[in-house]
Amino acid sequence: MSPAQPRTRPAAHLGPARAPLPEPAPRPPRAGPHPLVPPVAAASGGGEAISAEGLTRRFGDKVALAGVDLRVPAGSVLGLLGPNGAGKTTTVRILTTLLRPDGGRARVAGYDVVGEPSAVRARIGLSGQYAAVDERLTARENLYLVARLYGMGRRTARAHTAGLLERFALGEAADRPSGGFSGGMRRRLDLAGALAARPEVVFLDEPTTGLDPRGRNDTWEAVQELVAQGTTVLLTTQYLEEADALADTISVIDHGRVIARGTAPELKAAVGGERITLTVTDPAARGRACEALAALGPHRPALDPRTGSVTVATEHGTDALRTALESLAAERVDVRDVALAPPTLDDVFLTLTGGASGASPGAGSTPGAAAPAAPAPGAGPSAAGPSAARPSGSGPSEGGRRRVFSRRRGTERARKGGAHAWRP
Amino acid sequence: MAALSPAAAPAAGPARTVRDGMIIAWRNLLNLRRTPGSVIAALIQPLMFVLLLAYVFGGSLGGDGYRSFLMGGIFAQAVTFNASFTAIGLASDMDKGMVDRFRALPMPRGSVILGRTLSDLAMSAVTLTVTSLCGLLVGWRVEGTALDAVRGYLLVLVFAFAMSWVGATVGLVARSVEVAQSAGLVWLFPITFVSSAFVSVTSMPGPLRVVAEWNPVSATATAARSLFGNDAPAAVAPPQSWPVEHATGYALLCALGVIAVFMPIAVGRYRRIARG
Repeated sequence: MSPAQPRTRPAAHLGPARAPLPEPAPRPPRAGPHPLVPPVAAASGGGEAISAEGLTRRFGDKVALAGVDLRVPAGSVLGLLGPNGAGKTTTVRILTTLLRPDGGRARVAGYDVVGEPSAVRARIGLSGQYAAVDERLTARENLYLVARLYGMGRRTARAHTAGLLERFALGEAADRPSGGFSGGMRRRLDLAGALAARPEVVFLDEPTTGLDPRGRNDTWEAVQELVAQGTTVLLTTQYLEEADALADTISVIDHGRVIARGTAPELKAAVGGERITLTVTDPAARGRACEALAALGPHRPALDPRTGSVTVATEHGTDALRTALESLAAERVDVRDVALAPPTLDDVFLTLTGGASGASPGAGSTPGAAAPAAPAPGAGPSAAGPSAARPSGSGPSEGGRRRVFSRRRGTERARKGGAHAWRP
Repeated sequence: MAALSPAAAPAAGPARTVRDGMIIAWRNLLNLRRTPGSVIAALIQPLMFVLLLAYVFGGSLGGDGYRSFLMGGIFAQAVTFNASFTAIGLASDMDKGMVDRFRALPMPRGSVILGRTLSDLAMSAVTLTVTSLCGLLVGWRVEGTALDAVRGYLLVLVFAFAMSWVGATVGLVARSVEVAQSAGLVWLFPITFVSSAFVSVTSMPGPLRVVAEWNPVSATATAARSLFGNDAPAAVAPPQSWPVEHATGYALLCALGVIAVFMPIAVGRYRRIARG
């Protein structure tokens, strides 16, 4: 397996997207990376705590990793975001020397994970799905065990253990067997173990999966504290808000490939500036509302058939909102509630993984899904306000095509129902 | 923040393997102490064998003389059965993710298995103590010198350590507790019963008799009996053969041979699992 695979991806950067993204027309058969993926510069090692190039790994017939590239500058937090089975844990296991890659190279804390695994292990901490605490040992014994196995002498290990117990609020439970701990306490103990030797790089594999909100908050605080001290962190998560809250940069991984990377705002900008979501009072008027909104800009409105709310992306913020409301008023469509909000990482994720592609016209992943009860094409555009952004390519003639309804995005929005808020 | 340098202990090498092995053994023993039920269950088995063989078979095999003869065989059998703890212990650590935790730590590959075999060695010492006390109750006595008795116990413990590496290999191949539990037991019955641990090999059919004569369990039992000064009653006295005449040396050789063969297999197996 040659470590350096030819990279054909364009160097598209994640600037604030003012134009619709060049979307890979009907969902490519995963031949090349998404254009959102900027090329990874050759790993220099300087200032990089983690660098991985073209990591591949298969389990039998199943390709777990199809060429993962990662770069994590020292002292930063990378969020590895992806659904179950995307390859997050496999990536972590390779980077923590638990698994050999079939191909590609990776360096952690300056050492090659395949060639110098012991040096890597001495400098990393691992916590999460695949780490564990010994249920029959107390919290103190668990931490002492790990500290000793990192090579510390008895006295140093004892001192470290006491410090960690305090720092992770385990002091009271220190001498109880950890088998009786709550999920949150157990995870804290596991995390404390990962930090026992003050590692340079910490890997947290789904650190909050299965935790209640309080446990999650505790874990978040611990991670933030860690970062404040300059530790490099790679965390995997399925929770978009977790990546948003904790990570400096995010790599979105799907089917064993990094399909996008950037900061949370960059990723959000990449799929379109903001989202207008509104609910019309009269269900019969939904079609007209969609028409009116479609006329405003390049983005297709999406109707959630369940809640009846209509969502459309825009790059013009409150101007677009004002225009939208004016044009709806002109159409005599009564609006019950309305919100303007930046895209969530859910939007990003669903867009990137093909769940929906409402951000760009003409690249519908559900072509042919026409609006129910839609009025005749061409009825809406006349009402469009002058400030509505409309690239030449999306004139009235395409009106029919724009009425593409995305069920997935719709339900996703509905699930998050409470996120409606006005933004100044 | 500066990483704590790989610290006090050397990063690799046999010294570090032993050091980390001792730490793992400490952890395993703490586990045992917190689950007294499993320790008691483990001790009941040899006690049951003592009582069954001493009083069910003993009467027809030589009475008091047989009970005295029996104990050497019980010691060899009891520590051989302890190998199943090694298998189950390692498989359970793998099941519960402890092995992953250990593997992500900068510790030598062999120390997890060494730790397990060391803690099981300690367990075997407990087993020997308890079965010895039980032996005293049924009429067994140390009839040789104290020094020879110490040698006898040491020999049995060396054998226990050797069998533990066989158990480790079984556990690492099994990889799950359920498989380790059954696979860890099946081989123990033939290896302990096709031997001169409890009966004379004279009545066994040809090939079986050869196997029994050269079986390390036979050698260990015979050596223990001679070091404890327990003569065999005529009914169960082993026929003269090379392994019987050189029982102590042969038993020691067997133990070292088993370690030499199974230690690299177990460590290699662990490494292969570690590589994923």
